[in-house]
Amino acid sequence: MRPLDENETTLVFNKLHKFVGNNLKNIVLESQSHEGPDANPGRYCFRLQKNRVYYVSESLIKRATNVKREKLVSLGTQIGKFTKAGKFHLTIQSLNLLAANAKHKVWLKPTSEMSFLYGNSVLKGGVGRITENIQVNDGVVVFSMSDVPLGFGDAAKSTVDCRKMDPNGIVVHRHADIGEYLRMEDDL
Amino acid sequence: MAGPVLNKKKGARALNPPPRKKQKAVFAVQKEVEKEELLSDSDVTDEPEKLEESDEEEQGMDSESEMSSDADDPFANDILQGSDDEDDEEESSEGSDGDSDSDESDIEKRAKAIDDEKAREEEDAEAELQLNIKEEADEFRLPTPEMFPVVELMELIEAFEKPRPICLRTNTLKTRRRDLAGVLLNRGVNLDPLSKWSKLQSASSFLPVMALAPQEKERIVDMAAAPGGKTTYVAALMKNTGIIYANEMKESRLKSLTANLHRMGVTNTIVSNYDGRELPKVLGNNSVDRVLLDAPCSGTGVISKDESVKTSKNALDIQNCAHLQKQLILAAIDSVDANSKSGGYIVYSTCSIMVAENEAVIDYALKKRDVKLVPCGLDFGRPGFTRFRGQNFHPSLDKTRRFYPHVHNMDGFFVAKLKKMSNLKQTPQQQSETLGEVDEAPGLVESDEQNNVEGDGEKAAASGNEKRVKRKRPSREEIAKTREEKRLALREAKRKAKTESKAASK
Repeated sequence: MRPLDENETTLVFNKLHKFVGNNLKNIVLESQSHEGPDANPGRYCFRLQKNRVYYVSESLIKRATNVKREKLVSLGTQIGKFTKAGKFHLTIQSLNLLAANAKHKVWLKPTSEMSFLYGNSVLKGGVGRITENIQVNDGVVVFSMSDVPLGFGDAAKSTVDCRKMDPNGIVVHRHADIGEYLRMEDDL
Repeated sequence: MAGPVLNKKKGARALNPPPRKKQKAVFAVQKEVEKEELLSDSDVTDEPEKLEESDEEEQGMDSESEMSSDADDPFANDILQGSDDEDDEEESSEGSDGDSDSDESDIEKRAKAIDDEKAREEEDAEAELQLNIKEEADEFRLPTPEMFPVVELMELIEAFEKPRPICLRTNTLKTRRRDLAGVLLNRGVNLDPLSKWSKLQSASSFLPVMALAPQEKERIVDMAAAPGGKTTYVAALMKNTGIIYANEMKESRLKSLTANLHRMGVTNTIVSNYDGRELPKVLGNNSVDRVLLDAPCSGTGVISKDESVKTSKNALDIQNCAHLQKQLILAAIDSVDANSKSGGYIVYSTCSIMVAENEAVIDYALKKRDVKLVPCGLDFGRPGFTRFRGQNFHPSLDKTRRFYPHVHNMDGFFVAKLKKMSNLKQTPQQQSETLGEVDEAPGLVESDEQNNVEGDGEKAAASGNEKRVKRKRPSREEIAKTREEKRLALREAKRKAKTESKAASK
């Protein structure tokens, strides 16, 4: 387990920024953690272990140093992985973090929830609500009508265009959804 | 010797179905309860005799010379007359699913038949014993007469056949029970929101966590965490505060553990892949507040989920499990800080109903470390055994709890809660009493001769003590004693040979 270096940190923050925008400072700087048995909770940090990036509170990190590198499997919340090519992808485990700080959201109609959870992209006909000012290629977090986060993805169209589209057009390219916990458990 | 007899009997089976069925039922039951056995087709030859009685002295696990795994049928041989029974037994074990047949007969008739059988059995047993002292196979004893009355045994077996109701636990970190119930009902799931214990449905795997009662901001270790049901429950109870070390030895199960943790929104956990016995070294002795040890076991309590347990477990498996469990519980105790402000507790649980994996392990821990049993905080469930088949356990073992499928409608389970009194490694009392510690596991005998020096000393003391243990019949006492002596002699010889060879090689 090691902290991220400059490049890696840049990549991670860029990706996060796509989804949470200015709330990034909430995540990184002003975070108050409540984990750890210490009286005063520290902040949250990012750590890298086996190409996976974890978002962990400081007190957990201190205690995890006892565990050998090969034996440490996971800590705190995983937010993403680095690919062999050096790119950073957010994974579904980061959903809670993203959903809490998301700037752009899409709410799905109940009928199309299941389709999204099976791995399909979001079609215009399935969109219940959508936040304003979404530009193309913005990160979008997908919710159900009852505000349960279902996944996240990339906006294929801006909000404005979205209104003009026909019902079968893709609005959000799906990156990750919670159905993955069942479909791709091994790949997580 | 049982071989040819058996075959013959098989042929003769065609006789009277009804009475036989009853017997069959009885023995099937017994057999099944054994569970280690594999009466598949029978090589019942190993069974020497009714080790049933003789085994009262020693724990059924004691054999070193013959760990005959097929040892199942204690009763197979017992019933000399019931050659029929042997067949029946076999049959029933093979078709373990066919238990429902036994339902047909009348309970009274059955009981009577059983009594008759027993009487006959016992006489035969005596005779057999005298004849077959040589064979030292210790079958794993059926819990029958000591654990349950026979009729209850029937219920137990049948309960194993049926699936237990699936229970759900709401992930309180993310939602509320009401909301979840609403959603599920909308989807058409049949839901009975029954809540007896603090508003959560509970199945047997949640009981240990309830017994553990983790507080917020504590340090908790879950030594065998995969797939993570209990760990996530602990995290929910702690509301994601404090820290949980979730450990799992098998890599293949780690994926499901981490996936579950992340899916449930648990953020205060460190997952590691150690052998549970190494954890005190990694985490430091006396460093955590509570430990949950859901020990790997033979799975005899969850037959309703996995029928293969009935046929794939044998006495050797049970013994190995028990040995591992003892080591794990010592490691667990060592990790806990006795002086912790809010904790100092260890919860040990298994999904098995075998005494060797449950009470025996706790008894071992009581002897080896300065811990004591405290009430689990679960007011239902039957208290554990303080005596079983001639073994006497510490009297506080009645604070442990056993759960049965036919009584509590959940999987067979055992829970014990220990409090660590001090961080010393020696118990104040030595084992001079009748708490005969019977074995340091067969594994030790075979692999760890050196360490056995101490074990042997204990054994010698124990076997001497065993004389004071209650026995049913004096004659068996003698027989058992002879066997013990033989075994000791064997061990001595082995040890001597080893030391000699060592000296020679030097």
